[in-house]
Order: sequence, then C-alpha cells, then structure tokens
Amino acid sequence: MKIHEYQAKELLKRFGVPTPSGKMVTSAEDAMEAAKGLGNPPYVVKAQIHAGGRGKAGGVKVVQSVEEVKQKASEMLGMILRTHQTGPEGQEVRRLLIEEGVQIEKELYMGLVLDRAKKRVVLMASSEGGMDIEEVAAKSPEKIHKVAIDPVAGLQAYQVRQLIFGMGLPATLVGKATKMCMALYKAYLATDASIVEINPLIITKGGDLLALDAKMNFDDNALFRHDDVNALRDLDEEDPKEIEAKKYDLSYIALDGSVGCMVNGAGLAMATMDIIKSCGGSPANFLDVGGGADAEKVAAAFSIILQDPAVKAVLVNIFGGIMKCDVIAEGVITAAKQLHLKVPVVVRLEGTNVEIGKKMLNESGLALTSADDMLDAAQKVVQLAAQAG
Amino acid sequence: MSIYVNKDTKVLVQGITGGAGSFHAKQMLDYGTRIVGGVTPGKGGMRFEDKVPVYDTVAQAKDATGANATVIYVPAKFCADAILEALDAEIELIVVITEGIPVLDMVNVARVLETSKSRIIGPNCPGVITPGACKIGIMPGHIHKEGRIGVVSRSGTLTYEAVGQLTALGIGQSTCVGIGGDPVNGTKFIDVLEAFNADPDTDGVIMIGEIGGSDEEVACDYIKREMKKPVAGFVAGVTAPPGKRMGHAGAIISGGSGAASDKIAAMEAAGVLVAPNPSALGTTLQKAMAKGR
Repeated sequence: MKIHEYQAKELLKRFGVPTPSGKMVTSAEDAMEAAKGLGNPPYVVKAQIHAGGRGKAGGVKVVQSVEEVKQKASEMLGMILRTHQTGPEGQEVRRLLIEEGVQIEKELYMGLVLDRAKKRVVLMASSEGGMDIEEVAAKSPEKIHKVAIDPVAGLQAYQVRQLIFGMGLPATLVGKATKMCMALYKAYLATDASIVEINPLIITKGGDLLALDAKMNFDDNALFRHDDVNALRDLDEEDPKEIEAKKYDLSYIALDGSVGCMVNGAGLAMATMDIIKSCGGSPANFLDVGGGADAEKVAAAFSIILQDPAVKAVLVNIFGGIMKCDVIAEGVITAAKQLHLKVPVVVRLEGTNVEIGKKMLNESGLALTSADDMLDAAQKVVQLAAQAG
Repeated sequence: MSIYVNKDTKVLVQGITGGAGSFHAKQMLDYGTRIVGGVTPGKGGMRFEDKVPVYDTVAQAKDATGANATVIYVPAKFCADAILEALDAEIELIVVITEGIPVLDMVNVARVLETSKSRIIGPNCPGVITPGACKIGIMPGHIHKEGRIGVVSRSGTLTYEAVGQLTALGIGQSTCVGIGGDPVNGTKFIDVLEAFNADPDTDGVIMIGEIGGSDEEVACDYIKREMKKPVAGFVAGVTAPPGKRMGHAGAIISGGSGAASDKIAAMEAAGVLVAPNPSALGTTLQKAMAKGR
C-alpha cells in the first residue's frame, strides 16, 4: 500500500525524523493561509499523488510570495499530472503540500528496503541525492552504499558510520545521521513498511539533516495489525476496479489491452497474459481468483473484468486440480446469465470432471467456447477479440 | 529415490483442525502420505478422522510420533509462530502452505533458520510431492505420475500445468517442489537444483520462474557451472508492468531488477531450454532430454 508524501512525513516526524514545516491543503485559499503560517518565503507547492517524478512533470514549484502560492495552487489543483510512474493517463492532483523553502547545501539519498537475497532489511545511502536511485544503480553503482540489518541486533551505529564515511561526508554529521537512521528503521519496523525512501535527504546551509521528500510503502500482508496505516489509504489514488476486487479477496490489476483474463493462481495468471500477447492479442488485466474460486467469486470476477469498456473478449483459464471442473463450469454459467454477458468468453478447464464441465459449457446456450489447452484458448480468444474490436 | 520426501517420511499437520488443514490432511491421507499426527493448541488428545492423534504442541507431537516433517496450514497472522515452533522442535522438513505472512515475520524466521539444520519449503507454496510415495501440501495428487523428472516452481497452478503436461506425455516425476511466491522463502531454486543434481533417480528438471527478485539468475549460475542434467525452463510475467505486485507478494519488478527478460536471458545463457509458451512445458522438457546436457 502507498501513501502520500505529506502522510509519510507526518508519520516519520512522529518517530523523530526531521522534516520541513508544512501543511496539506485541498484548496487555493487554504494554500495561501498555510503559507502565511509558515513565515518568510520562499515556499514550495508540491502536488500530492502516489507517483514519483512529480518535479519533472511540473508538480513541484518554488515561489516567493503567498499570492504566488495561491496562484500555483489553483493551477495545480485539478490538473492531470503525467510522470513516468503514472502512465499516459496521468493522475489528477487533489491535494497539495505547502512547505517552507529551505537552503540546500547538499542532497543525499537514504532508503530502507528488503534485500530478498540476504533476507534482511538493508539501509542504503548515496551521495547522488535527488536522482532516481535506479538510475544511480545503473550508471554509478559504486556510489550506492548498503548495510544489511540483523533483525535480532537491529541497526547499529557503526553501520550508519560506514554509510556516512562511505559517502565521504564529515564526521560532524555522524551524530545527527545516526539519530535519524535509527528513527527511520524504528518507523520501518513499527509500521511493517516495505520501503522508506528519503530522496533527497538534505544537508542544510546550517548543517542540519532534513527529509525534503519522503516515500513510504507498506506490506499489504501486515496491514491487519496497523489500523493507523490503513487509515492513510487514499482511494482516489487507486483503480476503482482494484478496490472492488479486494472486497472479494481477488487479486486484480488493470492493464491496457482488450482480452479480459480470469485465472486461478498468480503464476498461471501471468502466464495466461503472456500467451495472449504471444498470440498477437493484449491482456486487459491480471486476475487471480485464488484457490477456492466458488460461483460467487467467479461472478464477482466477471463483473469487475466487464467494468472495463476496453474488454472485447474474456479468457477463463482454470486448472481445477482438487476443485471439480463441473462446479467451476456451473459458476461460469451462472455468472454469465446473471450479468447478461455480451462479450464472447473462451473457457479452458483442466482437472477433475473436465469432460462434464466442458459439456455443460457447450450446452449452456451462452456465448461460451471451450478450449483444449492454454494455447488453443489464447488463439481462440485473441481471434474473437479482434473480430469484436 | 527422490528428494526431500519419500514413503518413509512421517508427517505432522499443524493446523489440522482448521478448514484448509483438515481438508488437505484428508486428501494427503487418501494419497497414502504417512500422516502421524496433528497439532492444534488446545485440541490435544482428540483424534482426526478417528485415527490421527492431535497434540497441543509440536514438541509433544514429535516426541510421541518421531515425525521428521511438518506441513503448516496455520493462518498468516499466527504462522511465523507456528514455523518457529517447528524449528524449535528441530523438525527436519517444514512445509509452509500459508499465503499472506508479513514479510518482516519471515525476515525473523529466516534469521532463526540460519542457525538451524531444518529445511523450510515455502511459504505461500503448494508443497512437495514424490508421486506414489508422499504428498505434502495442497496439490492434486492424481495428476502426478511416478517417474524421473524433477519439477521446481514458484507458482502452484503453473506447476500443475507442467505436471499435467508431463503426465499426459507419459513422463513421470521424481519429486515436484513448489518453493512459493513470497519474497522471503526458505528453499530457493538453487537448493532444489543441487538436490536434483545429486539425486540418482532424477534425469532432468523443469524449472518455472516468475518476475521478481533474482533467484532464477543465481540458480542459472549454478546450472552453468555444475548441472549435469538437462533443464527446461519457463518464466511467467513477460507482460507484467513494473512496480505492480502480480498476485504473489514476491512477483514484482522493482528497483530495476526482477524482469522476466533478464531471467529468460540467464536461462538461455546457462543452456536451459526455455519453453516458448506455457502449453509447451512438457514438449520443451522432451526436447531438452533429447538434446542432453
């Protein structure tokens, strides 16, 4: 789960991470009032969306008066921001963070993330602050310094020193950096974060450390024990179909193709998207109905897939295994009838009672085509989608 | 022979009285797996299906039954605790089916595992099966066939797809291992490949990867250096967009790594024959076997 920059800053501040003064607003009037409360200019107006690359896209402006804050705020609110992370459709700006401007001496990068191979959380730092860290990793990997944290011992002061001296920074920063990194790690653990990124972390003209930007994502699997984090969810930033899918415990991700997919199992669902593509089609979504796909879940999955107007045909690919194919077929038929299905559907079933299941589909009188294997199914559905499109 | 499990493996079921645990315990018993006991705190003394004794703790269950494996169906919230209990009881093989365990819980489990002799398979996996001998997990037993091909995969249903195709072609399996779809897991591709390489009753391997992490690349280094047996491969997620979790917690392209194209390139460089699509898993294995290593 993602949250906004202003939320991440508020959260990190509670753990002792120094952040600039600022306020989240949703109107130009409030933006001006917020700026007045911050004292002297300059001020920074920052668009709050769940995507990086806002600066380059025009979502961050530094201004010199409260009137300008109001003007920039009214321009930004409601605008569609397109960054490399939002995709071409962009994301509407509904919230702004109005912040005090600060004097920057140097920009750094500091982040906490899981290292899958080490099975440890790692603290990462780089002297190349403000840049996309992936770009730094690709161009000058020697400028990224990492320490792996033992979950029993926790982050140690010497590890922070390794990073500070590794970046060639003066010893005078060690005390402040250690305090800040300890706070970051504490926040990471306490909230079951999956990533904490301070980019840039700045050294001010006065020699202080300040989190100028902050990004936090959280482990969806751990949200059950963090009501406070859950409360930060901004549904405006999520695809409504993905929100609907979560209610039914379905894993759904919207894509931009024309072939809807309903599959059991994440790996098989990805492989189904891939085979549609290799047959010349384009998947409209990823959808894993999970192991216990009953008639109700199948119906919910269908209705979510069909909310996407780009869907011209649907492929149902279920490897039943222990589940019986006739039960799945019944679910598909019931759902197709309930929803007055208008698009063609190709069904590929495998597992126990597969012959009975196929017979039921073929005799249902609905626009259901049964397929023998995944390749056959993909070819059929791509052809049907092309005819419909 | 086979790897990890055989007809002598004595299995406990943690969470045997729960919904998933009881359903799959029954399925495993029907398959012929030696289920010697179950564990549900507070239900000690009862019998599952009138025959399998249930214990309050894993330690009690191990003492009473001599179990050397356990399979865990405990809900995600409590699962790390169940795994740590099994580690503490020094159960040799711990198979974790549960999906949705918080990552930081698994970071702690992995830390304890470093000082343990036990093996964890999973979490978020279908389990491990040696056809005709021992099924531990949730996979449909009937699609398997005794034989000499090893299967290792991060995905459940995609494993069934591979096994189904092999069986339809008349090719049996030595052992099939689902290593699970989570970012932090106990057994990795390289571990299973080493085991298959050393197993005299495995002649070739199908390896099914997916986006996220770099375990496939690490395993391909091993294959290039050490593998004596033909390997057929597949990687799911060529069309997956970066930054999105594709169902599995571990299936995400992030930080510039984990793309399917990198994994496929690593496989090809290691001499793995890569299936062009998931319908060709069985036939690609046939080709790999004909070609040899």
